[in-house]
Amino acid sequence: MSRTAPTNATGGGANAAGGPAGSGKGTGGRLRKGNGPAGADTLADTATGTAANGRSLTRLSVNVRQSGIYVAFALIVVLFTVLTGGDLLQPQNISNIIVQNSYILILAIGMILVIISGHIDLSVGSVVGVTGAVAAWLMVNHDVSWPLALLLTLVAGAAIGAWQGYWIAYFGIPSFIVTLAGMLLFRALTLTVLGNQGIGPFPEQIRTLSNGFTSGYLGNIGLGVLGGADLFSLLAGIAAVAGLATAQWRARAARIGYQQSVDPLPVFLLKIVAAAALIMAVTVQLARFKNLPWVLVLLAALVLGYTVLTGRAVFGRRIYAVGGNLQAAVLSGVKVKSVVFWIFVNMGVLSALAGVIFAGRLNQAGPTAGNSFELDAIAAAFIGGAAVQGGVGKVVGAITGGLIMGVINNGMSLIGAPSERVMLVKGIVLLAAVAFDVWTKRRAGSPVLR
Amino acid sequence: MAHADGGEAGDDILAMRGITKTFPGVNALQDVNLTVRRGEIHAICGENGAGKSTLMKVLSGVYPHGSYQGDISFDGEPCRFAGIGDSEARGIVIIHQELALCPQLSIAENIFLGNEQTSGRRRFFGKGLVDWNRTNHEAARLLERVGLPENPVTPIADLGVGKQQLVEIAKALSKRVRLLILDEPTAALNDEDSAHLLDLVRGLRDEGITAVIISHKLNEVLAIADRVSILRDGRMIGTLDPSAEDVTEDRIISGMVGRDLEHRFPPREPAVGEEVLRVEDWTVHSPTQHDRVVVAGAGLTLRRGEIVGLAGLMGAGRTELAMSLFGRSYGTGISGRLYKDGREIQARSVREAIRHGIAYATEDRKRYGLNLIEDIKRNVSAAGLPRLARRGFVDGNEEYRVAEGYRREMNIKAPDVARETGKLSGGNQQKVVLSKWIFTDPDVLILDEPTRGIDVGAKFEIYTIINRLADEGKAILLISSELPELIGMCDRVYTMAAGRITGEVARADATQERLMHLMTKDKEGERVP
Repeated sequence: MSRTAPTNATGGGANAAGGPAGSGKGTGGRLRKGNGPAGADTLADTATGTAANGRSLTRLSVNVRQSGIYVAFALIVVLFTVLTGGDLLQPQNISNIIVQNSYILILAIGMILVIISGHIDLSVGSVVGVTGAVAAWLMVNHDVSWPLALLLTLVAGAAIGAWQGYWIAYFGIPSFIVTLAGMLLFRALTLTVLGNQGIGPFPEQIRTLSNGFTSGYLGNIGLGVLGGADLFSLLAGIAAVAGLATAQWRARAARIGYQQSVDPLPVFLLKIVAAAALIMAVTVQLARFKNLPWVLVLLAALVLGYTVLTGRAVFGRRIYAVGGNLQAAVLSGVKVKSVVFWIFVNMGVLSALAGVIFAGRLNQAGPTAGNSFELDAIAAAFIGGAAVQGGVGKVVGAITGGLIMGVINNGMSLIGAPSERVMLVKGIVLLAAVAFDVWTKRRAGSPVLR
Repeated sequence: MAHADGGEAGDDILAMRGITKTFPGVNALQDVNLTVRRGEIHAICGENGAGKSTLMKVLSGVYPHGSYQGDISFDGEPCRFAGIGDSEARGIVIIHQELALCPQLSIAENIFLGNEQTSGRRRFFGKGLVDWNRTNHEAARLLERVGLPENPVTPIADLGVGKQQLVEIAKALSKRVRLLILDEPTAALNDEDSAHLLDLVRGLRDEGITAVIISHKLNEVLAIADRVSILRDGRMIGTLDPSAEDVTEDRIISGMVGRDLEHRFPPREPAVGEEVLRVEDWTVHSPTQHDRVVVAGAGLTLRRGEIVGLAGLMGAGRTELAMSLFGRSYGTGISGRLYKDGREIQARSVREAIRHGIAYATEDRKRYGLNLIEDIKRNVSAAGLPRLARRGFVDGNEEYRVAEGYRREMNIKAPDVARETGKLSGGNQQKVVLSKWIFTDPDVLILDEPTRGIDVGAKFEIYTIINRLADEGKAILLISSELPELIGMCDRVYTMAAGRITGEVARADATQERLMHLMTKDKEGERVP
């Protein structure tokens, strides 16, 4: 940290680590001397003085645990770009990575909530299978209109989640067991619904949602050496960047208004520019290929919604409380059972959404659909910085974790690596990610077992 | 008091000299000497936190050699135990208050856990196979010795606590125990089981097994002990010999509590208002043993602006009473009536309790009070989160402002409220817990050991906060094991023993001796102080 919170002149030794003491003035009285009977206030922990003294303070917050994942992602992208001679970042390939991993990413969003709350869900692969089968049964066998069928499928997913949530939250069976049973139950149900054969084809709208692209509403625009690109996609990307920048700027202004510490302006701008560059680079490549995939639009909406849910909603905050210290949550009046129940309902709904998209992508619901998806989703969450004990994790982290696996899959297949080697690398990456998490925690001095 | 240090060295089976053990910020033991004679029953008395258990952990190797200062010699030989295995190899066995038995395993399996009886006969497997016949036969022999007529294959879960205690002793005997340490052995037992256990310990003494017994029940101590050592604030006060001098419970009590009142308490003019909370005939059963009464017909009253103490020794049921009042967060089979502002209320869940303006700050802040991996502001807002939310969404900036306000007001020593609570010192963690509950704007604040494990300076700050809360008109129920704290802070003090409220003492009448008498009182037996 180049700049830390400016510290009081009266603080102890730890002040030596303080940065430029530009704004650390005028609060000399904050350390209360002679307050205790023996003036025992001068303990070590008073040394970390503070300067929340009327001036907003800027501070570069570096969270190794949270940001390491993005660095790792960047390195992996660079590595495979080099190994594939740039093929990784070709317009069509970027589109492929997004479309091919969309259902895993959707599952990872639900899974990160489950894992933050201190649980696990091993059944999502089977739920993907059975909901895809339900969707096919409704749309193909019974000609139910696609919006209604989609809705009914999501309701079926919610019912499945409620079933598992009941046993976990209210009956008190460990989620590992309930969802292990669910893995078998819902696979059996899949086979029953399908009669052990694939059902298809799906209506065009579902196929478009899974595989299709926004149509070029505004026509093409020339981008010089890059050739023609879809104007609508570009405008959507610019709108996203503008929205992100505005939201971040307003959040920063509000934090300053409350005298909270924020990143220094150059760092803040750098972060915004980096994010904008990333978004625009992806958008331009996609616009050059076939416009925006619909699943990307869906994913963006989900990521945004769930980021707000976990970061700002009361319900989201309860998830962290439950996973961080169950007993303390109970004694703080959190309805722990209800929170856990709804987390699993949510997981069921997202699994159903993933089920429809996966089935739509293959254009048929198959008996093995979703096999081992739970492992990819769990791995994405852990690679993305979730803590094994619960209480820690971010939606964006899980998405990044899922993309890391997606890029490894894709990059290695581009260079023609056999599937066993892909598996090997993915296994090592998962282990390394969690080992890193445990290591940083141990280095921070807190015990690994609580 | 007669100091029994030195002298008759040949008769001493154990000599601990100059034992000093420090934890960060606390001197748990300071220059403690303890000698135990061969074949005696030696009782150790002291208040909660006096250092009894720490001393026994030093002796049994739980705190290994090197983590404390001082010497231990057992049977004339110096001891440098690296772990509990070393002390057991020498015949020193400790039986903790919380029994360490595996409930699903049989009596015999538990007795020989870690010391499995193997058959040496089968050459191929060597000693890797358990000889069940021998295991069960040996177990039966040991059970006979401790007077427990049970089949060795019975699972532990099928036994009551009294019988489990006997299994622990049988286990100790299987290790060829020479010095048996019993930590509060009768705390969870009924009278009959207690009597049986004490008889057994006497019988073992006559067989030559020395015993050290830690107990709060002074009548038992006087009935069984050959000598009594008293610890206070980590120091050995002295050793009494009932055969040589007249030792009474009063004498022991004055040794346990007679410390200098060096603590100072912030002054306060009590402005006591009308009744806020009344509890009548409150009975709570143990959640694990449904037939065991933990709180028996307790009743108490709290008034606005009043600080009321709740005194009691370990196992008296103070925390159990408090948590059962706080939305039934402890216990089963709870009965009784709860009145808030004169109206009977139901508080069946923590949420309801909070809604009725009751708050409970736990004695174990790390396990029950804080989410240690989260920052200060999220812990402060944990119980009152709905207050910061509009339409289900938390206003993060407002949350920051609130937490920052408490950080300053409470003098929480951290650079900002985004600091992880797990990295704060005990006193600052306690301030976070208090902030969390003050933010729910309660009328009644139950503070369970709010100054436990906190250094003197931070204690004074906590006292100041408590006084301020009372001045704001809140009713405080202060649970504490430190009698000077109760006497210095409270307007009234209730005492508890064995789940019952045994007395109510006004501030003017409160002395440590008086409270300790009431805290060690037998169920019905009246005692005139």
